Amino acid sequence: MMKLKELEMWLQDVKGFEAPKIQLEQYETPVHIAARMIHTMESSFGDLEGKVLADLGCGCGMLLIGSALMGASATFGFDIDRDALEICRGNLEDAEITSAELLQMNVKDLAVQYSRFLKFFDTVVLNPPFGTKQNQGTDLEFLRVALSLSRSAVYSLHKSATRAHVTKKAADWGVKVQVLAQLRYNLPSTYKFHKKKSVDIEVDFIRFSHK
Amino acid sequence: SLKPNKHRNYEVYLLCLSSVIHYYFHTAAVTVLVVALKFHTIFLTIIKRMKLITHNMLTSKGMKNVIEGFPLKIQAEEVRNVDIEFDREFISRMVPKLDWNALIFAAQCVGHQEDLPEILPEGYENDDDLLKKLHHILLEVEVINGCLECPETKRKFPISNGIPNMLLNEDEV
Repeated sequence: MMKLKELEMWLQDVKGFEAPKIQLEQYETPVHIAARMIHTMESSFGDLEGKVLADLGCGCGMLLIGSALMGASATFGFDIDRDALEICRGNLEDAEITSAELLQMNVKDLAVQYSRFLKFFDTVVLNPPFGTKQNQGTDLEFLRVALSLSRSAVYSLHKSATRAHVTKKAADWGVKVQVLAQLRYNLPSTYKFHKKKSVDIEVDFIRFSHK
Repeated sequence: SLKPNKHRNYEVYLLCLSSVIHYYFHTAAVTVLVVALKFHTIFLTIIKRMKLITHNMLTSKGMKNVIEGFPLKIQAEEVRNVDIEFDREFISRMVPKLDWNALIFAAQCVGHQEDLPEILPEGYENDDDLLKKLHHILLEVEVINGCLECPETKRKFPISNGIPNMLLNEDEV
């Protein structure tokens, strides 16, 4: 199993967005956070080695690449934006990963009743968009899709402020919840006319699993 | 094997250096051959391609008036083979998730029918030969550019740089 420090080294090389699209909430998962997430997924739960994994809203591929490096047998990255996928593709080549597939799809379309992706994946990981003031709950929509696609575990990030709400939703869906860690990072502003360029937020790193 | 981007400059430098050496010590023909091979290797690292395992998952059923939308027909402009390490257990686990007929169809589309049986035989988990063929078809045959065609509407979903674009337009839903 790759050591955390080595994983972090590899993830440092992952190139980020050149022109991030605000409306899609595009930003790279910070390296130190992604590395800790991925390392925990394998070292504490064995959810990566030999597994089939999906990254919903993969962006530049930080989580996707981390998962492949930590032993996932096959990884699938989904994103709606072609520009992001092209950057991700380049990052996969740089990291010499040949077992990853990328698809340009709307994450919300993945869990339709006739989707062949339902219960296809062992593990699903995501750093979902949190949604704007007028459009809250995008992260829960993504989470719902992730739970339909996963046979076992889902790892996700949600604002700590919404912890009670997220926990309740998960209970409604009959899913087990484990808040693994609370992290703080700098989230680029998603409001066009927001005064500050970015804001520090606290997020929960959560593991969901089917009972 | 595929080489990462950051080594490419180093490779170009070596290419020039070795070309000079070859020029002085071998005939021109050999020089040209070596240069061509090195460029071929470099060129291969640039392009990402779509594997057939992904094709097995994709449908056009989201489109209005489409009844099944599966399997999609692969129209490949270019197909390549890569080397992926054989993981017996992984392939065995994937089999139940696959639509076998769609897989045969995909293999035919890219001219790699190999000798996959028409029907998945029982006891496939112990058939190493079959598992190796499956491994090859699912993971090692890749589509570079081309498209996936809906069997009912003939709508083409483009594949570029190995990434299929399955997004539908508003009027198609």
